[in-house]
Amino acid sequence: MKNIFLSIYLALKEVWRNRGRFLLVSMVIALITLLVLFIAALGEGLGTNNREYISKVDAQLVVFLDKTDYIIGSSRLDDVTLRAVRRVDGVEDAGPLSTSSTAIVLPGDKVLKVSLLGVQAGRPGIPAVISGRSFLTDQAKEVIIDQRVAEQTSIKLGDVILIRSTQGTKDQFFELRVVGISSRQAYLFQPSIFVPAFVWERDRPKSAAEISNLTPAINVIFVKLKDPTQAKVMLQKIQQTVENVQVADIPTTISNIPGYSAQQGTVQTQGFFTLLIGVLVIGGFFQIQILQKVPQIGVLKAIGASNFVVGLASIIQIVFVTAVGVAIGGLLTYLFSLGFPPTVPLYFNGSSSALAIIALLAIGPAGGLVSVFYAVRIEPLKALRLL
Amino acid sequence: MSAVALEVRNVVKTFESDSGTINAVDDVSFIVEHGEFVALVGPSGSGKTTMLSILAALLTPTSGQVLIDGQDLARMSEGQRVGLRRKKIGFTFQSNNLIPFLTAAENVEFMLRLNGKLDKAGKLRSQELLSRLGLSDRLNNLPNQMSGGQQQRVAIARALIHSPTVVLADEPTASLDTERAYQVVKTFAALIHEDQRAGIIVTHDLRMVQYVDRVLQMRDGKLVKVLNDKKEILALAKGE
Ligand SMILES: Nc1ncnc2c1ncn2[C@@H]1O[C@H](COP(=O)(O)OP(=O)(O)O)[C@@H](O)[C@H]1O
Ligand SMILES: [Mg+2]
Repeated sequence: MKNIFLSIYLALKEVWRNRGRFLLVSMVIALITLLVLFIAALGEGLGTNNREYISKVDAQLVVFLDKTDYIIGSSRLDDVTLRAVRRVDGVEDAGPLSTSSTAIVLPGDKVLKVSLLGVQAGRPGIPAVISGRSFLTDQAKEVIIDQRVAEQTSIKLGDVILIRSTQGTKDQFFELRVVGISSRQAYLFQPSIFVPAFVWERDRPKSAAEISNLTPAINVIFVKLKDPTQAKVMLQKIQQTVENVQVADIPTTISNIPGYSAQQGTVQTQGFFTLLIGVLVIGGFFQIQILQKVPQIGVLKAIGASNFVVGLASIIQIVFVTAVGVAIGGLLTYLFSLGFPPTVPLYFNGSSSALAIIALLAIGPAGGLVSVFYAVRIEPLKALRLL
Repeated sequence: MSAVALEVRNVVKTFESDSGTINAVDDVSFIVEHGEFVALVGPSGSGKTTMLSILAALLTPTSGQVLIDGQDLARMSEGQRVGLRRKKIGFTFQSNNLIPFLTAAENVEFMLRLNGKLDKAGKLRSQELLSRLGLSDRLNNLPNQMSGGQQQRVAIARALIHSPTVVLADEPTASLDTERAYQVVKTFAALIHEDQRAGIIVTHDLRMVQYVDRVLQMRDGKLVKVLNDKKEILALAKGE
């Protein structure tokens, strides 16, 4: 115990008497912290904007057309398949998802680009409604808007909105009454609006060949299981019983959203390299410092300070300087984040920030470890032999 | 307590090097009593620093024994030797003596802190000792704000503050001008005598030996001459 206090005394006295130099290192760590937290938030933001709807859907499995590599946009299914899936033993319910995108016409010639998602009333795929109500039929010209749409426009419950879709060569306009507002449901970097299946077929952008088409094209089918713990077994079962389909769970579906994995990988690589720079900066600083301190450490040991005291003092110093840097960086990040509009895809999610902070706190000891070993191994004889 | 503080019995230290075996210390024996101030002199390379390192338990002799307060250093574990340096030995080095981020007072107090004995009385004694060494206006100065001589005097205070049995000083005057050097060694000698420590000062500057009780002359690792007589010592100091 006495030794621990001695180490703390040595470590902190040195920091205090050289506070300018140590603060500089802490500031470098603070900037690295800022960078790492922003990269983590960007990864979270981009990821969320891409997958939010899929990750919140009330289903365990997703059915795709066979050989479409689990890409929602490439998959085309029909009503026959939907009914076949519903008949599989163990399936509680199944609902179709039709995807497209359109634009809401706003006052002043502005538009808001949104994902236009076609779903069936009361079936999996319908988002949770936080105000208003869900659909009662698949025919009514109604729309559920994502909370993000409400945040970015002045659209309210009960309003009639105008959407614009290009069909053939002409711009067509459709009116829809807002009956519900869902939780946030971004999909493919756009906020979403939900319409019943038949309305989706009528309102979506179409090529000239598709104009006479009346049967809604289904992209994928969401499957809700009676027993969610049986997802693996049911995945195989549906693939075997229903013809010409491939089935994935939700995480697989998300990782196959085009660009999703590559993007997350890129962001993670950036974060990793930033941490690595941190390790090298700290390692370099403390290594140079320890080389300058050889005589001083020799004297300490020669007058009777143990290796434990000297080593622990080094560790305390590194941890302290790192912690101060991370704390300053965390505070800076928080202050900056207050100033961002909701459209900036930076989400400071608790668990990913916590993970980043743990990684940041670890870079000090990781970088400084070599110098601690070096300090412990300095011979007290150095005090007599040097110079 | 017996009058003997430090006993060296037939100590040999050899180093293996490319050019063969070097007998840095070659069968040296001597005794230093409490209250005795001894100078270890000899030309460069004669084995003085090696001898001092062995006395401080920083270096293990190839053969022979060193006893401090009757305890054989060779029979101690490394941990016990660290403890011995902390409690029973006071040390000043040729240079880089002080902890650079501690003030003069803190450097002296640190020795008590190391021994878990720093209290109000200890702080007061540190200040008194520094005043005694002419540093009362330098208590809160960092080492880089003091001259080499002032730093040496702080180091002397640190070597004495924890009431060690043996006080070892390696070339304490090397970085000082002659006047300062005399003054430092004189105060050092006075404190050794007052507090009944066993003091050993290593120096190649023979003029400094006028303040010591005994001179041990080394050459090629051997103890070639011992001067006990004050007249002889003064003659040596005057270069006669
Ligand atoms: N670690 C060592 N390895 C090899 N030779 C050494 C070592 N330390 C000292 N010596 C040799 O031992 C002899 C005595 O050195 P030293 O004790 O430093 O003498 P002094 O302090 O009197 O100048 C010298 O010849 C020196 O080169
Ligand atoms: Mg020497």
